Amino acid sequence: MKGRLLPLYVVALYAFLHLPLLILCAFSFNSSRFTVWEGFSLVWYRMMWNDGALAEATWNSLLIAAVSTVLSTIVGTLCAYGLWKKNSKLLSGSLYLSLVTPEIITGIALLATFQWAFRYLQIQLGMHTVILAHVAFSIAYVVLVVMARLRTADPALEEAALDLGATEWQAFRLVTLPMLKPGIAAAALLAFTVSFDDYVITSLVAGVDSETLPMMLYAMARRGANPVVSAISTVIFVGLGMLIVASERLQKA
Amino acid sequence: MKRLRALFLLPAWAFTLLLFLGPMLIIVAYSFQSKGIYGGVVEPWTLENYTRLFDPLYGVILLRSFVMAGAATAGCIVLAFPLALYIARSGTRKSLLLNLVMLPFWTSFLVRTYAWMFLLRDTGLLNSALLALGLIAEPLPLLYNDWAVIVGLIYGYLPFAVLPLYSNLERLDKSLFEAAADLGAKPWEAILHVILPLTAPGMRAAGVLVFIPCLGAYLTPDLLGGGKSMMIGNLVQNQFTSARDWPFGSALSLALMAIVMLLLWALLRRDGEELL
Repeated sequence: MKGRLLPLYVVALYAFLHLPLLILCAFSFNSSRFTVWEGFSLVWYRMMWNDGALAEATWNSLLIAAVSTVLSTIVGTLCAYGLWKKNSKLLSGSLYLSLVTPEIITGIALLATFQWAFRYLQIQLGMHTVILAHVAFSIAYVVLVVMARLRTADPALEEAALDLGATEWQAFRLVTLPMLKPGIAAAALLAFTVSFDDYVITSLVAGVDSETLPMMLYAMARRGANPVVSAISTVIFVGLGMLIVASERLQKA
Repeated sequence: MKRLRALFLLPAWAFTLLLFLGPMLIIVAYSFQSKGIYGGVVEPWTLENYTRLFDPLYGVILLRSFVMAGAATAGCIVLAFPLALYIARSGTRKSLLLNLVMLPFWTSFLVRTYAWMFLLRDTGLLNSALLALGLIAEPLPLLYNDWAVIVGLIYGYLPFAVLPLYSNLERLDKSLFEAAADLGAKPWEAILHVILPLTAPGMRAAGVLVFIPCLGAYLTPDLLGGGKSMMIGNLVQNQFTSARDWPFGSALSLALMAIVMLLLWALLRRDGEELL
């Protein structure tokens, strides 16, 4: 009995995981505004394409994600290497804790900090505060991915380089770093994804000039049924999905 | 070696201190202060924000958060166990099957939540389909209630249950199962008396890893509960935005943070060696 029931159950569970998203994508191509299939159409994509505010929010999101990815990848990679040489329980513990801290708490704590910075240093909320926040929460992801790669590395290689007269920097730069490249690329893709997708923290630390795509999507989703939201969702889902698949491949490379 | 390492750790330390540990300390300080007339935080120092946590007005929301997170966690473990068992025994397709579990997880959380709004709302797909089939005369109120939030939480965090259960089941010796069968156990008996007790560490890990984000959830109750089904996360957000009571919001955040850390500490103490 079990022999047939289990595979059936597994198929049902995969359907539960994937069908909601696939249905959403399918209906973004519906010509009707209602959830009854009338025919294939790209009308909602055209509306999305012609929406100036949406384009601006997308540009903001891409800019924030790009800058914070570069920064968090550099900081996270150096950190992972340093921790690999000798673990610091306080630092790695703080990084892991930041991963499990509920986003809303990270968000309000950063908001309180930026507000404090505003009072004493006149720093306003804006693109820069969003970028700083994104770097802060992305570093832990980068460390995790790069560290996984470093665990497969042989420390004897660097020792050999040092014995042969390389400086510490040369040993890092010429021996370990090249080997880490796929891991770093995978970490960067992941950092880009978590940055591009973030709503909760971003919405708390954003200023008037830094509305992002998820913030706009959230506002539209709350306003009610709107097929344009399905079209935007489809683009985000496909785009981020490709980044994640690429990241997974690189992690196994 | 020491100097290069210190240099490499410096930027990460700076970000961690200035944008994680520092902000947490500010929240700690705020939680002992009072709310100003125009919002903001003023002296005198007080413990009142913590005593207010036990006010029945908020107690209801705290209790509901625990019940909902607990229900979602139980749901995730029950749903994930058979899947994890199946994947652990599926040979070469393991990584493909695992990736298929993780893929929706890594793509936008907002989009995944919106997908359930699309399915559940009055004019959504489920109601439209049921109306078209003539099974119902009026749309069912599927969205904006506790059930919608629980479904959303299960959908959101199911992978956190699958992964630890899978890695636990994967490590089990297959001959245990065969031995049980040789001794006359039916498959379900072998699962109940042999496999389940041996997956206790995986269950505990899955429980903690799902419960923590569910308890601190903000977006799911906000979008799928529609304000009717508030959880701690929404209360915190509310204190920092419309209610403008930052000290109480800080005390709430720290209470939530304390629970998160306690659960993690208990898990690492109990099963640390098996997990790390």
